Amino acid sequence: MFLSARRPSLLSSRIHEAFGPAALGFALMQAAQRPGMVALLVPEHRAETVLPAGFRRILPPERVAVIRAGSDADLLWAVEEALRAAALGFVIAVWDKPLSLTQGRRLQLAAEAGRTTGILLIPEGGGSNAAETRWHCTPLWQPAESTLMRWSLIKNKKGTCESWVVRWDATAGAITVVSETGERSGAAPPVL
Amino acid sequence: MLSLWFPKLASDQALRHRSCDAPFALNLRVGNADHLHCLNRQAEAAGLRRGMGLADARALCPGLVTRPADLVREAAGLAALLRWAGRYSPMVGHEGSDGLVADLTGVAHLWGGEAALLADLAGRLARAGITARAAVADTRGAAYALARHGEGPLAPPSDCGVIAPPGQGLAALADLPLVALRLDHETATALARLGLRRIADLVTQPRAPLARRFGPGLLLRLDQALGAMAEPVSPAAATPYFAVRMTLPEPIGLIADVEAGLARLLDQICGKLLAAYCGARWLRLELQRVDRGDVAVEVGLARPMRDARRIAALFRPALESVDAGFGIDRLRLVVTVVEPMPPEQLGNVVQAGKDAFDDLVTRLGNRLGFDRITRFLPADSHIPEQSYNLAPVAYSQAVNDWPSGPDRPLQIFPPEPLMVQGAQLPQQFRWRRMSLTIARATGPERIEPEWWLDTPAWRSGLRDYWKVETTQGRRLWLFYTPRNPGWFVQGEFA
Repeated sequence: MFLSARRPSLLSSRIHEAFGPAALGFALMQAAQRPGMVALLVPEHRAETVLPAGFRRILPPERVAVIRAGSDADLLWAVEEALRAAALGFVIAVWDKPLSLTQGRRLQLAAEAGRTTGILLIPEGGGSNAAETRWHCTPLWQPAESTLMRWSLIKNKKGTCESWVVRWDATAGAITVVSETGERSGAAPPVL
Repeated sequence: MLSLWFPKLASDQALRHRSCDAPFALNLRVGNADHLHCLNRQAEAAGLRRGMGLADARALCPGLVTRPADLVREAAGLAALLRWAGRYSPMVGHEGSDGLVADLTGVAHLWGGEAALLADLAGRLARAGITARAAVADTRGAAYALARHGEGPLAPPSDCGVIAPPGQGLAALADLPLVALRLDHETATALARLGLRRIADLVTQPRAPLARRFGPGLLLRLDQALGAMAEPVSPAAATPYFAVRMTLPEPIGLIADVEAGLARLLDQICGKLLAAYCGARWLRLELQRVDRGDVAVEVGLARPMRDARRIAALFRPALESVDAGFGIDRLRLVVTVVEPMPPEQLGNVVQAGKDAFDDLVTRLGNRLGFDRITRFLPADSHIPEQSYNLAPVAYSQAVNDWPSGPDRPLQIFPPEPLMVQGAQLPQQFRWRRMSLTIARATGPERIEPEWWLDTPAWRSGLRDYWKVETTQGRRLWLFYTPRNPGWFVQGEFA
């Protein structure tokens, strides 16, 4: 795995998976790159609530529709409908159990049929093989930064696995890739 | 002109709904006292009168059964009667809150004369259990006077009401009291003081002094009753009724067949909606099975709509759950909630995108419930968990200018206590079995509970919030409660 200078982006019309503490931020930042409404599908029993004041700098809250489903079957059905409808710019779904291959494949087919991109926020190790990519997202600490994150692409059907250190540029509304700082092992080469 | 009077409309309606074989009255609360609003025949026989206090009535007639009056239902009942009376004449209007008036010109012969018409009408009303008095006369005023103040019993099935012979208006009215001319109470009393009690008394008086003393209204009513002044019936505008049905010669059972029937019904109903500039918001499809079992399928829409093809597509998931049994032989489609919907420009590209989203909301809402498809709306509160409202997408408008404010975490959760002593921000703490070291802390931001709302989570008093960045990467939202010392984690930043 190596640090890439390319901007991390998601293949359109596919369903992707993300996990880790910064996975929701990752999903919202990816949603902000595309036009249209964003559906956020969550199980009704979820303890965490998303604060619009918290993602205001990433995505305008009026672009987000929150859909709560009472049961797993309802949630999967709703995700499938949302992906298939071709009415949304992006679909984010919180799925707190392991996803079976059948379920993942159904969602993938729905995304392809509706030409909608989506991200499933899965528990660590709970993804299905049908996903196009899988991302591990963690926040990073650096003295000069407060929004630094590491996005590691750990599964990729159509490419290599890479890793990015990014920050969110709120004024531009874009992801900025930063190179990781570190201690140089030796002295800097003399400038001639 | 035909005038119909329903003297016991409210109680007849109530008794049709649930009958009662005893003195019965509807009581209406006016100010602080209950009055009898409408009574049945037995209650009247017991000596009770309309407008009497309820306590007095109870004293006179201990066995009196009462129910509260419902004026809205009464008006709806009269509207239903008005629609029904359309079978006798195209020109039917309201006459007060308990009567109808119809213009029978050129219609009566269709029923074989006025007497036959009245017999048919009285028979139907009697079967429906509604007490009525009917009168036919040359003018609207005369018909009114005869219906409400004429002699004779209240139309039982055998007696079909009063018919004044044509051209003899005055002869029929001569003996009626002056109130029958639709005069107000003061004028009638003043005339009675002058010794004028019957219509015949008034007709013989010189007109000029009457007009000078009582104004033009008195003579206008008199002329209207006698036919010297025309008084047309203004028919009440027909309220559009959005329901269509289809009866089939052979029962059907396939979903495709039901869909084909539904498509025909939708075409009809969408035409009606378009003519009325309305859109459907909630529809019900009633399917009657051969074995008399009824199945109803309801579909709510995210937006008023009258596009038959789109609505048909939204019905599809609901139709699949229908058990057709031995077959369905009748379909009825009702729009239960109608909303105004002005015409839109065709080929509106922006609207086309919204249509797809609305269809999605409709599909999701009909399975999950419309209250679960929500959008964020700003709320005026400093408490983080109350700083927004979740409003149903189908019943709210998006707010574009989201207010700016201090930095907030992306997600919050119920506060999780930390095993930390003292009011000082710790250097290290354990949270969710992780050992975290604080690298940078921003704060405190003090938030007071809103004393005017009782929020159980905030009973521990004010909170000092810190944004904490750890060397492990996690950026957390901690707070300290000085009044009940303790540290908690409540949220995580992006």
